[in-house]
Amino acid sequence: MKAFTVSKAVTALMLAGLVLLPLYSQLSGNIFILTLFTRVVILALAAASLNLMMGYGGMMSFGHAAYLGIGGYAVGMLAQEGIGSGFIQFPVALAASALYALVIGALSLRTRGVYFIMITLAFAQMAYYVASGLARYGGDDGLTVYKRSDFSGLINLGNRTQFYYLCLACLFGVVFLIWRIVNSRFGLVVQGLRSNEQRMQAIGFPAKRYQLVCFVISGMMCGLAGALLANNTDFISPAVMYWTRSGDLMVMVILGGMGTLFGPVMGAVVYLLLEEFLSQLTEYWALIMGPLLLLIVLFGRGGIMGLLGRLNRG
Amino acid sequence: MAEPLLRVEKLVRRFGGITATDNVSLDVAAGELHAIIGPNGAGKTTLISQLTGHLEPHSGSVSLGGRDITYLPAYRRCALGLARSFQITSLLPDFTAADNVALAAQAHAGHSFRFFANARKEKGLRDAAHAALDRVGLLHRADVLVSRLSHGERRQIELAVALASKPKLLLLDEPMAGLGVTESQRMVQLLQELRKEVSIVLVEHDMPAVFALADRISVLVYGRVIASGDPAAIRANDDVKRAYLGDQHVVTHHV
Repeated sequence: MKAFTVSKAVTALMLAGLVLLPLYSQLSGNIFILTLFTRVVILALAAASLNLMMGYGGMMSFGHAAYLGIGGYAVGMLAQEGIGSGFIQFPVALAASALYALVIGALSLRTRGVYFIMITLAFAQMAYYVASGLARYGGDDGLTVYKRSDFSGLINLGNRTQFYYLCLACLFGVVFLIWRIVNSRFGLVVQGLRSNEQRMQAIGFPAKRYQLVCFVISGMMCGLAGALLANNTDFISPAVMYWTRSGDLMVMVILGGMGTLFGPVMGAVVYLLLEEFLSQLTEYWALIMGPLLLLIVLFGRGGIMGLLGRLNRG
Repeated sequence: MAEPLLRVEKLVRRFGGITATDNVSLDVAAGELHAIIGPNGAGKTTLISQLTGHLEPHSGSVSLGGRDITYLPAYRRCALGLARSFQITSLLPDFTAADNVALAAQAHAGHSFRFFANARKEKGLRDAAHAALDRVGLLHRADVLVSRLSHGERRQIELAVALASKPKLLLLDEPMAGLGVTESQRMVQLLQELRKEVSIVLVEHDMPAVFALADRISVLVYGRVIASGDPAAIRANDDVKRAYLGDQHVVTHHV
């Protein structure tokens, strides 16, 4: 293994950029860029969580945006009911995501392949319609979060820079956890199941149990992203759970490189910046974005990480 | 004779109108190498699948060491000491040889709900993997991805994976399939070694290999056991000659 590779260098550069961004924002007086990147970091966290399932676990969940909604609604609904403490809101967001993942996972994992994709999609759409029906919490129109989660002086989420660093710390924490998980006993079993389920059963592993736990861990991580997202936008609506959002997350993972540690982060950064940049150029930005993604997926197998890896060899 | 290690009693499995396993009974004693032979379509793989738990029988029973395992799922049987190799090589292609074997050892070393410690640095598992690889003569290939190994090497890894789970009984589904002459000879040698340590059920088409290795042979034709006995008895059996060996002159000449 080489100590220096192009992909490592690019990753390090990206991470350094993320860490130093608030400094740049402060110096240049560009507040917008900090707001944009807070969103990027939160969605990178969601993409990283999806990657644990999809990239390492081989389970193509097409309903991951549901957790964004569940985490977000946990914060929004509790705030609405006058419970503003983040020490309650965040654990509730994680627990609700875990519970949803446990039920949905237990049902979905009875199926494989395309059926698995369709059933996770169906459950996420159900969650979307349930949220639309919550009249007390704004229904279709969504719910304004008037006060961000309160961590009683420990950290002030109202402060842009502090909030950005909280999100970044969560992202780094989750990526670190994923790194430990994929190299652990559990991680090897899950990746083995992706590779050859029959073989893993034959050497003595009960497949579903391990896959379900992976499903739940991934869901909780994405629920955390949801709780942060509601704080970021001060608003939560069923729209964050819509299937196109699940699709966005999948694209970020595939774009960055499935089954690589930092690929999804890279994918989220590139995808969201492209979206931002192109939509300033033209109203029909999707017309450019679509073919661009297609090219990267077609010619850069393994996404951006795959491309960088080949640069290194070539 | 003591309780057999594996006892199969009146096993029946049908696919539509075809009875693929027709009232099969057989015993495998501890320490025995029991070969199952039969022409194509005789139901050998169907029988193996019922022994490993990948297929449920319609009636009859399978017991291992006196314990009824007829309806246990595959992973539970494995925990009881039953290991198998696949007829068509079935490994984890994007893992190294050592990882493949270490996972088998891991499956038998407590649960795997451990999320933090690096499993590739668990000395016990790595040592077990290296020992099993050494056993099949592939230690020097430990860190090569399985997808980069030759077919013959993969067959040997299959065996190493099965060995790493320290089984009481090894079910080998055509371990020589697709091997060249020298590779086959190596595999026979290897099996000669292994049979001293573990009981083996061998399903194989390679007749010289079967007759060289087996303590006992059961002949399966149309899902039925038409004969069972030591190699000499099988070679002399008229039913077997007619049903199966008649067109395999190599066997009648092989002593």
